Order: sequence, then structure tokens, then C-alpha cells
Amino acid sequence: MIFSEKYELIRKLAREFAEKEIPSEMQDQIDQTGEFPEELLEKIRKNGLFGIKVPKELDGQGADTLAYVIVIEEIARVSMVTSIYVSGANSLGSGPLLLAGTQEQLEKYLAPVARGEKYPCFALTEPGAGSDAGAVATTAVRDGDYYVLNGRKTFITAAPISDFAIVFAKTDVTKGSRGISTFIVDMDLPGISFGKNEDKMGIIGCPTSDIIFEDVRVHKDNLLGEENKGFTNAMKTLDYGRLGVAAQSVGVGQACLDEAIKYAKERKQFGRRLADFQAISFMIADMATELQAARELLYNGAVMKDKGDRKASMYCSMAKYYASEMCNRVAYKALQIHGGYGYIKDYRIERLYRDARINSIFEGTSQIQQMIIANNLLK
Amino acid sequence: MKIIVCAKQVPDTTEVKIDPVKGTLIREGVPSILNPDDANALEAALAIKDEKPGTTVNVISMGPPQAEYMLKECIAMGADHAYLLSSRAFGGADTCATSTTIAEGIKKIGDYDLIFAGRQAIDGDTAQVGPQVAQRLEIPFVTYVRKIRELKDKSIVVERQLEDGYEVIEVPLPCLLTAVKELNEPRYMNIGRILDAYEGNYITVWNENDVCLDPSECGLQASPTQVMRSFTPEPKGKGEMLSGTVTEMATALVNKLREKHVI
Repeated sequence: MIFSEKYELIRKLAREFAEKEIPSEMQDQIDQTGEFPEELLEKIRKNGLFGIKVPKELDGQGADTLAYVIVIEEIARVSMVTSIYVSGANSLGSGPLLLAGTQEQLEKYLAPVARGEKYPCFALTEPGAGSDAGAVATTAVRDGDYYVLNGRKTFITAAPISDFAIVFAKTDVTKGSRGISTFIVDMDLPGISFGKNEDKMGIIGCPTSDIIFEDVRVHKDNLLGEENKGFTNAMKTLDYGRLGVAAQSVGVGQACLDEAIKYAKERKQFGRRLADFQAISFMIADMATELQAARELLYNGAVMKDKGDRKASMYCSMAKYYASEMCNRVAYKALQIHGGYGYIKDYRIERLYRDARINSIFEGTSQIQQMIIANNLLK
Repeated sequence: MKIIVCAKQVPDTTEVKIDPVKGTLIREGVPSILNPDDANALEAALAIKDEKPGTTVNVISMGPPQAEYMLKECIAMGADHAYLLSSRAFGGADTCATSTTIAEGIKKIGDYDLIFAGRQAIDGDTAQVGPQVAQRLEIPFVTYVRKIRELKDKSIVVERQLEDGYEVIEVPLPCLLTAVKELNEPRYMNIGRILDAYEGNYITVWNENDVCLDPSECGLQASPTQVMRSFTPEPKGKGEMLSGTVTEMATALVNKLREKHVI
């Protein structure tokens, strides 16, 4: 896609920020300790990167989805885990509020997210409701001015560090996905506790845990959107989330390609550089071509979403599906080119390989994306 | 307070290609950036704006139409407005003609309290335009500013970098200061401001008529500099650092000098 200068400037900003503020020593340290530096969060905050798509009136940057995915791509190219902090606030956290929030809710919850004062999390998945999101078992029972929430959410990104959660719960247990409502739940309410911090394979440095709700009383003012209309809200938000993951996949894929090219030019075997073997050079050509195809699908999805195209959801799923699978293939080949060294933690490709793996799983597995695409075509 | 910042768009490389015949820089095909020292100059102005509400920061540049891209970057960093002096008549200017043009542009903006410029541009490395502009405006200037100590009502106290230390200088306003990279860490652009820069009207383009200059007073015609030859210098051999005690280093040094028949 040929970009206008405006988007090139946004890319330049994101690239400069990522390359300068997340040096490789810091990336290693995050991966080794699981601790994410507060000073980096502060810089993300200060530069307005938590509110890219939030309107300016609500202290955001007022940018569109295309600008958003460019920023995520460039940050993920340097640090996948950092891009998760940025996308968490921008897509899953802000999305439901932007779609259905009242003015009071926007001012109380969305503006502070854009300013970096509050951090959100998105609580949909449950032990028994993963890909089958409609099978949510958490309940919300009306009691006067309050809803009483009970249940358990699982694999919630950034749960332990969040100030509030967007929670999906059944308000009508007799109905499936049409009985789900959305709530904004402050994390300091009585009855909320967290599971252990999951020991993940990659994206280390962003805590993931369960959230347990035991008779948590949420005021009716914190019902987001209409009662029993929460599922549609969740699905629309996931379109943005999926573009975010597609952007992360393109970013990580680019990083893998960068590392593969660098290594293939340096490493010598049989008296020649790896790059001089056709087998290796063709692998690199394939990686670059797939990467570019994914990138075009990503930008196309973002533009469709910005235009409000009625098939936008399908294009977002295509971008997410193709880009995340591409990312895994490219990571595999890039590590293969590194040979034994690629299996050692001293080389960056080892982390990239682990970080790549989540992309075809979270925010809808590849198989769910295939279902969405097929349903769009066959209905 | 009204601040003006002088900025230049430069090729993003220290290996600038040179036209073998004209001896001037070939800019085509080389990515262009905001000159690094000018980014420090802009940051200094924006930091004052942060401190003193009501301050306006205007950026001025001379260059081809594509320099607007760099000025948009300045707007995206937080400048209020930018002026681009752009015309065929300005082409081929040396520092003398450039400073005449910039000074006329600054006069047209008018009512300034403070002017910042970068120490020098990475393409020409002359460090002359800032001081020359001050000369033409008949205002005092301080070069190599590495720190602003205090901004008073009628003066500013700065530290001027020297090779082996610094001077503290108080200079009356209005004045011109040239910034070195030690002065600050330039801020990033802001996404919202990038959008503003492309949606709003933040850049004014002036030609020689707008700044009341005769074509004979600007560009190549008003440039006394004659380029005899331009070339990339041969890289020097690596220097060698001596270590050890003073006696050991002195002995090693004397031996080296003897080896080279210097002494």
C-alpha cells in the first residue's frame, strides 16, 4: 500500500520511540525477570500511546485504525510484550467503551486510559468459554441499583495490574450469547481476587491471570451498553483486537526476517556466507514475500474498519489469520537459518520464536478466524 | 514570549554525495531529516513554552518545497507555526546569502524575544548561519549553548560549551542562541499533532517578494563563496590510547615518537 506522508510520519515516530526507548538489554531483562520497567510505561503514557484512537476531546490522539496498527507493528518489531501493553489499552480496553460508553463512562474510564492514569483489561474468556465465547458462565444478577457478579475469568492479559476490567457476564442464563451483558468493574471492589500469574512460554513481562468474582456488587451505572447486548459489543471490539494481533504478527515477522538476513550475511559455512546458498536465499525471499502479503492484508483490514465497510469483520479475521500463521512460519524459518545458535537464548531469534507462538492463539485462534471467514462467505 | 527557531532539512547521512562538476550537494534520492542540532534548538524553545504558558514557538527554514515535510515534523513536536522560505531565487545560497534570507524572514515574523538555532548542520558543518543571522538582525548571540540556567524578564543566563569546560554568560533579550546536543533530549512527535499538521494550516511559504529581497540579494548570485573542490576526506588511521601509570605512558609515548623519528 502506498501511504500518504502523514502515516509515514506516524511510522517514523513509532519506530524512533521503539528503537530508542526499548534497547536490547532492556528486552533481555524483561524476558529474564518478567518485570516490565515502570519508566518505559511512563514514557508510553507521556507520549500518548495509550490513547491512539481515543478522540482528542477525551485526551486521546484522535487517530484512525490505520495509524494504530502502524504504531503496534513498529513497537512489536522491537518488543512484542511492549506492544501488548499498548494494544491492551487501545483496543480491547478502549474498544467496548468507545462503542457503547455513555458520556459519563467515557469521562470516568476512557479519558484516564488515554492519559495513562488507568489501565484496563478485557475479561471475556473463562475456563469453559474460550473459543466458544457465548458459553460464558459468569453471572450478573440484578439486586436493586446493583448487579451481583459471580464467576471466574481466565487468561486475562494484564489483569493483576489493571484498574478496571470490561467484564462479560450472563444477565439472562436462559439465553446463550444473547443473554450476555458488559460491565465496567473497578478492580478494587470487594469480592475480586486474582489467580496466580501464569508462567507463559513467551510475551514474558505482561502478567496474565484469572480474575475471580465472588458476590461483587457493580452499580448499574457501570453497565456498558444495553442489557443482554454485550456479545455484539465484544465481537465488534475483537475486530480491533484482531487487527492489533495482525499488526503484532507483522512486526514480529519483520524482526525475524531482519535477524535472519543479518545472520545469513554473517555466518560462513563451507567457505561461503549462508546468504550465498540458494536454499537459504530462497527461504529469505519466501519469508519477505509472505510478510509483505500479511502487511497488505493488515492495512486493508484497517482501512475497511475505518470506512465502516460491512465486510470489515471478515477482512480483520483474514488479516489476523494469515498474519499470525505467517509470523509462525517466518519465525520457524528464521530460527532454522540460525541453526543451533537459534536455539540458544543469547540470540534474539529464540525469544522472537516464543513470542510469535501466541499470535495464532489469542484474540481468536486461527480456527475461529477460519470459521468467521467461512460463515461470511457461506451464509 | 515569542520564540523563533531556525531549522534546516538535511540529508540523513554523513556520506553526502557531491556533484563532481558543481561541487554542490546532490540531494536527490537521499532521505532527509530535521538537522539534529536544530531538533535540540526546537526542544529548548518548546521546554520554555511548557514552562511559560502563552509562549509561541515559530520555526523558520529555507529550502526546497519538500522541506515542508521536516516543518510538519516540527509542528508535530509542538511548534505553533512554521515559515518556509522557498523560491528558485534562493537556490545555490552559501551561508552569507542564507543568513540574509533567514534574517529577512525573521524580520517579517517580527516581535521576537528569543531565537534558537542549531550549532551547525550535518551537511555543511559551517556553524555560520546562526551567528550571521544575529549579526544581520543586530542582536547579541551566544554559540554552543549547553544549558539554560535562567530565563529572566530582560535577559537569559546560559552555559556556553568550551572544549575543556564552559562559560556562564548572561545576555540581554532579544538574542540568538545556538544549541549543542548536550542542551537537551528532543521530544518525540505526538500522533495528535501529526494529524493537526496535515489537517490544519500551519505552514506559510514565502518567496523573495514576500520578504522584500531582490533576486540579486539572495541565492547563488549573492553567494561570494567559491567551492574549489569538494571531496570525502581519507579516513585517518586509528588512534592509539596509552594506558598505565604516568611513567609507563610517558615511556611508551617517547618510544613511539622515537620509532617515528619525531624526536
